[in-house]
Amino acid sequence: MTVTEAFALDAGRFRSDFPVLTTRSRSGAPLAYLDNAASTQHPAAVIDAIADCYRGYYANVHRGIHTLSEESTERYERARKTVARFLNTEHARELIFTAGTTAAINTVARAWGSANVGEGDHILLTMAEHHANIVPWFQLATQVGAHVHFVPLTDDGRLDLESVARMLDALRPKMFAFTAVSNVLGTVNPVAALVEMARERGSATLVDAAQAAPHGPVDVREWGADFVVFSGHKVCGPTGIGVLYGREAVLDAMPPFLGGGAMIHRVTTRGFEPAPLPEKFEAGTPPITEAIGLEAAVEYLGHVGLEAIGRYERQLVERAEAGLREIPGLEILGPAPEHKAGIVSFAIEGIHAHDIAQWLDTRGIAVRAGHHCAMPLHQSLGITASTRASFYFYNTPDEVDAMVDAVGEARDRFRKRGRKRQ
Amino acid sequence: MSIDERDIYEEHVLPHYEDPYHRGHCEVATHAHEGDNPLCGDVVRVEIELDDEGRVRQAWFEGDGCTVSQSSASMLMERIEGMTVEELKQFSAEDMLALFQASLTPNRQKCCLLSWRVLQAAMHSPIDGEDEDAEVDSFGGPSLSEES
Repeated sequence: MTVTEAFALDAGRFRSDFPVLTTRSRSGAPLAYLDNAASTQHPAAVIDAIADCYRGYYANVHRGIHTLSEESTERYERARKTVARFLNTEHARELIFTAGTTAAINTVARAWGSANVGEGDHILLTMAEHHANIVPWFQLATQVGAHVHFVPLTDDGRLDLESVARMLDALRPKMFAFTAVSNVLGTVNPVAALVEMARERGSATLVDAAQAAPHGPVDVREWGADFVVFSGHKVCGPTGIGVLYGREAVLDAMPPFLGGGAMIHRVTTRGFEPAPLPEKFEAGTPPITEAIGLEAAVEYLGHVGLEAIGRYERQLVERAEAGLREIPGLEILGPAPEHKAGIVSFAIEGIHAHDIAQWLDTRGIAVRAGHHCAMPLHQSLGITASTRASFYFYNTPDEVDAMVDAVGEARDRFRKRGRKRQ
Repeated sequence: MSIDERDIYEEHVLPHYEDPYHRGHCEVATHAHEGDNPLCGDVVRVEIELDDEGRVRQAWFEGDGCTVSQSSASMLMERIEGMTVEELKQFSAEDMLALFQASLTPNRQKCCLLSWRVLQAAMHSPIDGEDEDAEVDSFGGPSLSEES
């Protein structure tokens, strides 16, 4: 990358919006937060939206005939409409607030799965899935006697569409659940094409958009999937909230999952009638302030510009990979930068990922080390752990360079050089 | 890790990592145990020979993993030779962390304590020809609190 190349956005314009980014690390170095695929940081707009709710108008929603409850309800439902626009859903009622991506996938696996998957049926996943999109399907499979299969990846960590077609043809799975972006490799999958292939063969689809929603526009109607899920805390929003989008007809046909208050139309001593969408899937007091915080977050991202975020992150990935490739013994996992969204994972021969991450921490650089909740993927790559730097629009080229330098230092430090015990 | 702690790594931890004490097998082991931490891939096996008086005559380890898990195992093997079973039981987790010298975050303390836990289990795992396939224990590792 030459110095004359223009960046897709100016990170410096946004950094001051994030209070935590002005803090220093324990080592005294400026904080370089490169663990965004695990969780992103929060702009003041989100923090303020949550605080304003608690300070100004908080009450339970859909319950009280009093001013505060009505205001909270209005803001909660406004948040639903805003997030529905963020995903371009046809109706706001197709957007269910959940506790997060994990809760959303479990809802589908339990509620849709128990009604639609039976003994001997097949569920198809990919080798790049996060445990959140593996374990619920294993739980369902164990319960009903179904089988879980994984589409292997190409050597450069991408999905081979011919392999997908072959497995869809051979298995005719009831469900094809896959990630839009790998949380380890960063690979961007061709979601609309995969959904189309599955639909042609009668398979339902669930798209894990937890790593896609932060990095570019998501259009659920363009994707065409039955279910799309993502988490608030990876899009600058709060923890404890995520989204389950389902096509209206699919959600209408799906039995309710959690039972309790708010999800019922009527309860008698003989039974209950579920409420219509979206309350049908929102039992109990929902994450009210979290929804309002999530609304502020997606509005903020709209202001930054999701297209520009994606382009900028790709520039940071290219810069990081160009630097990392110079380090002897370092292998970058996954495909070339043009197929990636904001994530660079790597392994250095003979040096454990935790040693690298700990060294980077002494330089104020936060990265993730481990299996990143994707053990089957790491097994398929023949490694137990990797180091992952994941970028967001508030990261600067300087931070990327500091990370590359520190990885080079870690490699020098931990490589064997004939040290002897005293 | 402060600057001083970097020196502890250079002078104490990394030499044990590169030039470990008694890495290998103890041909005459009387007790052995193995443990791993599947979350980060650290594995340690400890084999010890106890003499008739219950004193550690030899202590060996084998393993794979990060510098903390492997160098701490080396330090522990070096430390315990000559100790009695009673003294081994008295050797606490705090003693193990002190032996390592460099300060560790709670998550990485688990890496340091892997060999110590395996040793504590090994004392209850005599090799009598029937326990060869004793189960491998899994202990928490650095990512236990964040990954599952």
